[in-house]
Amino acid sequence: MNYHFEFGWLFEYYPQIVKGIAITIQLIAVGAIAGISLGIVCAWVRALGPPWLKPVVAAYVELIRNTPFLIQLFFIFFGLPSLGLQLSELEAANIAMVVNLGAYSSEIIRAGIQATPRGQFEAGASLAMTPFETFRHVVLIPSLQRIWPALSSQVVIVMLGSAVVSQIAAEDLTFAANFIQSRTFRAFEAYFVSTAVYLLLAILLRQVLGMVGWLIFPRRAAR
Amino acid sequence: MIEFTIWDILRNLLLATRWTLLLSLVSFVGGGVVGLVLLFLRISRRRWARAVAKYYIELFQGTPLLMQLFIAFFGLGLFGIDVPAWLAAGVALILWSAAFLGEIWRGCVEAIAMGQWEASASLGMGRLQQMRYVILPQAMRIAVPPTVGFSVQVIKGTALTSIIGFVELSKAGTVVTNATFQPFTVYGLVALIYFALCWPLSKSSQILERKLNVAHRNH
Repeated sequence: MNYHFEFGWLFEYYPQIVKGIAITIQLIAVGAIAGISLGIVCAWVRALGPPWLKPVVAAYVELIRNTPFLIQLFFIFFGLPSLGLQLSELEAANIAMVVNLGAYSSEIIRAGIQATPRGQFEAGASLAMTPFETFRHVVLIPSLQRIWPALSSQVVIVMLGSAVVSQIAAEDLTFAANFIQSRTFRAFEAYFVSTAVYLLLAILLRQVLGMVGWLIFPRRAAR
Repeated sequence: MIEFTIWDILRNLLLATRWTLLLSLVSFVGGGVVGLVLLFLRISRRRWARAVAKYYIELFQGTPLLMQLFIAFFGLGLFGIDVPAWLAAGVALILWSAAFLGEIWRGCVEAIAMGQWEASASLGMGRLQQMRYVILPQAMRIAVPPTVGFSVQVIKGTALTSIIGFVELSKAGTVVTNATFQPFTVYGLVALIYFALCWPLSKSSQILERKLNVAHRNH
């Protein structure tokens, strides 16, 4: 093997890399917040919502969970314009992330809702709360707390999956790596460094989600 | 200009689906073998073995599959090997699924009650015998639903190999789109084919899990 690894020249490209990281972070921030919100709505429909809406949401969830993210992305970006819906790369990428995480998180959150003891619903009703108020004020937060670790893992998986959006030319971290690769032909260094950045982002994201959980969930008071 | 019927499109996509299936099968079986090795390392009594497996799993679960594919594709080339796309795809997918399967199976082995280990040890069984005759037969039962569930992830994972140029269902979708200019129809069909492959597996995983839970409750 007579290939010499050199990483120093990568500094020349740091604006691209930083921009790529920023876009990857933006994608997962929007994806996580909007995706989990969508997941909560879908989980509510499937667990407690109106019966006529349940099959619709079930079909959405099953369809998304059983097709590759790449194809969802291509369908949104290349397919939807023929219905008259023209999206920019970044819009398409964001929508795909939200739709994808929405389906996965709704299944996880539903498990959390269904693990709620019946007494909680009855207690809410006995306080004259409507079913929606019971859900909002009594059931939701403990349900999320129950499944927060699983939900966090899913968010990290979706963040790693976002590498694919480079394929529709959304300028994320992988796009930057591809750009550098095609400029310099130093594929290994470019991909090695961006892989390391992804690993770091994954670890960081896990910490952030842990912190978010620590902030929004009630902790048992110290005795 | 040539006109393409839906049947033309579908036939070409279905022909490419064979490669998706073959690659999925190879990755799943290969990943299972490497995953079994990881499992044994992960529950070994030697600290270094546990550490190796742990970092391996951390690394492969903490980085995008796409990057692993790129590194396999471009990285192996550095050693003077001419890497065809199918080889890079196979290697990356096997190593990737091994990490997930190893971790899933570790959970199943650790779910077996401690008393089973102690009882078999008291019968004078060695570590391997314990695994072979006592632990694995029980762990395998719990492992079936999540393993079947993971096979769906493998099938979906093969879609990424289109990016390094392996011609399977997704790549065929892109090629056919470029010829027909009907992205909506083509990608819709591609999605439906993936769905037809994955949904039965997802469903059977759910059914198996429910059955298993019932069996457990009756104990």
